[in-house]
Amino acid sequence: MADTTSTTAAAPLTTADGRSLKAALATAQSRAKRRALFLVLPLFLFIVITFILPIGQMLHRSVKNDGFSANMPAISAWFAENPAGTEPDEAAYAALAADLQAASAAKTIGVVGTRVNYDMPGTRSLFTSSARKSKDFVAPFKESLLAADAKWGDPALWGVMRQVSKTYSGNFFLAAVDLARDADGKIIRAPEDRRIYVSLFVRTFFMAGLITGICLLIAFPVAHLLATLPLRYSNLLMILVLLPFWTSLLVRTTSWIVLLQTQGVINNSLVAGGLLSEENRIQMIYNQTGTIIAMTHILLPFMILPLYSVMRPIPPSYVRAARSLGATSWTAFRRIYLPQTLPGIGAGALLVFILAVGYYITPALVGGASGQLISNLIAFHMQDSLNWSLAAALAAILLGAVLILYWLYDRLVGIDNLKLG
Amino acid sequence: MTAKTGADRFVEFDHVQKSYDGETLVVKDLNLTMPKGEFLTMLGPSGSGKTTCLMMLAGFETATHGEIRLDGQPINMVPPHKRGIGMVFQNYALFPHMTVGENLSFPLEVRGLGKSEREAKIKRALDMVQMGSFINRRPAQLSGGQQQRIALARALVFDPSLVLMDEPLGALDKQLREHMQFEIKHLHESLGITVVYVTHDQGEALTMSDRVAVFNDGRIQQLAPPADLYERPDNSFVAQFIGENNKLPGTVEEISGDKCTVRLDDGEIIDATPVNVSQKGQRTLVSIRPERVEFKPEMMPEGAHTVDATVLEVIYMGDILRVVLRVAGSDDFVMKMRNTLGQTRLAAGQKIKVGWHPQDARALDPI
Ligand SMILES: Nc1ncnc2c1ncn2[C@@H]1O[C@H](COP(=O)(O)OP(=O)(O)OP(=O)(O)O)[C@@H](O)[C@H]1O
Ligand SMILES: [Mg+2]
Repeated sequence: MADTTSTTAAAPLTTADGRSLKAALATAQSRAKRRALFLVLPLFLFIVITFILPIGQMLHRSVKNDGFSANMPAISAWFAENPAGTEPDEAAYAALAADLQAASAAKTIGVVGTRVNYDMPGTRSLFTSSARKSKDFVAPFKESLLAADAKWGDPALWGVMRQVSKTYSGNFFLAAVDLARDADGKIIRAPEDRRIYVSLFVRTFFMAGLITGICLLIAFPVAHLLATLPLRYSNLLMILVLLPFWTSLLVRTTSWIVLLQTQGVINNSLVAGGLLSEENRIQMIYNQTGTIIAMTHILLPFMILPLYSVMRPIPPSYVRAARSLGATSWTAFRRIYLPQTLPGIGAGALLVFILAVGYYITPALVGGASGQLISNLIAFHMQDSLNWSLAAALAAILLGAVLILYWLYDRLVGIDNLKLG
Repeated sequence: MTAKTGADRFVEFDHVQKSYDGETLVVKDLNLTMPKGEFLTMLGPSGSGKTTCLMMLAGFETATHGEIRLDGQPINMVPPHKRGIGMVFQNYALFPHMTVGENLSFPLEVRGLGKSEREAKIKRALDMVQMGSFINRRPAQLSGGQQQRIALARALVFDPSLVLMDEPLGALDKQLREHMQFEIKHLHESLGITVVYVTHDQGEALTMSDRVAVFNDGRIQQLAPPADLYERPDNSFVAQFIGENNKLPGTVEEISGDKCTVRLDDGEIIDATPVNVSQKGQRTLVSIRPERVEFKPEMMPEGAHTVDATVLEVIYMGDILRVVLRVAGSDDFVMKMRNTLGQTRLAAGQKIKVGWHPQDARALDPI
């Protein structure tokens, strides 16, 4: 009996005309699959072009910088041939002189100087001035160069040049976490006065966490009200919640400046009301407080909406059931209501945190010196110092941190529990 | 003696009124007394205030006026979690993030019971509804009927003496509903609990209850055991709401004691029992159940009045034959005949005479 069933089960099923059922199914579905693929193709291309390519580009940029190696080929070749620690010989100085001449002629010496300057401040002028004199360099090149500028004999400079002569290196990541390489290529801590990134990362994550926490505290009751008020009132409240989206970010930030500055509305009212003396006006903007207040306000809707969307469908009968079963209103809230809103809390917190970590414009406007976040420094390296590779490395670290956070969230709450709306 | 009155007046609504908006009364002067152990059903059309009454009893709505007493104690000011009333909700309200066991454990935990005691009670409650093997499932993994049983077990697990059920079977199919009706009734009897049950379904009300309170327009129209309700409705609303019913409008022709005659609007005379009429000349609506209508003279009492009727349609329904007649100018008079071997078969167009025992025709208030 068992045998017969197993043989029938093992025999492949066929369609009426004798083809294998599996193959028939595959052909029947393949056209639908092709059509589906055709439909998603534009979207797929869009994502590749606008999302994957730029991110790949950024990651690539964070490890690649050919500002030196492309423009100084001869000396880069000498570095490649001789191991670290080799005393620069006449051949090295000859290569350097040739490169300086070529770079001077091609007007790329500024790029080279800038690249070395990132790792060793104050060296840009050495390159530009030496390049100007490069026509006069004659053998022996060592003397000739040292005569032009004695700094060419500095072993630290040669160590830095060796580092920057590599097209690909992780040095920008080292710089982004306040590390550097010494003349021998060993990893050391960056000089005291240049250690700014780690503390800024810490501050960024701390502030983002704080803003997320404050948003949650404010958003929870608002979302609850939105979900439980009669439709008439909840619509009005919803409009108030969404109102910020309809005004420009700049206008909102500026209005915070008007409110919070030392001569602003709040301080003036407090002074006028006699609660504050003229000389004790509170500094609420152009510092961390300003950044926290303005960003909490701007990011609040991103917390309210996911919370609202999980709270809305929770019927009041759950809490009623808990109460009828003997729970106080606090117990009913803590054990029945709160756990059911967790997906919304998770989604809102993740969203607000990620947005806050990368926020740029508000800290730039109201953050002052102490309220700057890592994104402001990334922007600085993009726009002012033009050290794009360092900016890319900082951004890559930020991206990595967010991805880790995402992974943690998935492990703890489960990403399929995420409810954004 | 006091103990007896306590048991007799376990739940009391005393002149209770309720308004949500301050303009209309949703519950108007509700008076109700329930003895311990009774199964009382609130039956009524949608919006008649049944849920509101239940919610006031459970403590989720406050009475605008009047007093509600539980076991002799006024409970208007007692918060819901101190009332100790078990409740089964229409949508079950099982906590979705807890397993069946945790759901049942919840009321015991908030009461501070120890682990072993909790486990024993949970097991007993689950066995009671034959769901012992489902203890580790989540509510979403249960069928509607199974969820219903768990909701029932959860409402009973902490041994409440009063259990409220708001249309607990509304979402189930007919067969399951009938099965659950039987089980709820059985639990009520074996545990000796007092139950207030709300339903739309009159069949459910009649089969399960000790007494039924028919609600309409915020008032109890009649509070009586099922048989009384069906056979002796107090007014036209109850007569129409419960079961099928023939209505014949007319004027009281003669009245003496518990008998009267009514002249229908086309001049014919019928027998009836006066219920809401007291004097000659009053307008009335006479109500007769279809299964009490007779057309064979030998089945009617001596000297009974008969009315002319024309058969319009005979509908075969298996166990019965449903005959639609034209009586006194209206085309919706129904007579039910048992489908027995010797039953006379009527045909459409046939002219017959129908009559009834006077006590089966009740002269009620005109609408
Ligand atoms: N929270 C509320 N606010 C205002 N009016 C309400 C509220 N709850 C119920 N009502 C009104 O009170 C009346 C009675 O409602 P209730 O829920 O008690 O009816 P019900 O008899 O349970 O009806 P159903 O059989 O449909 O459940 C209805 O007219 C309803 O609109
Ligand atoms: Mg209801």
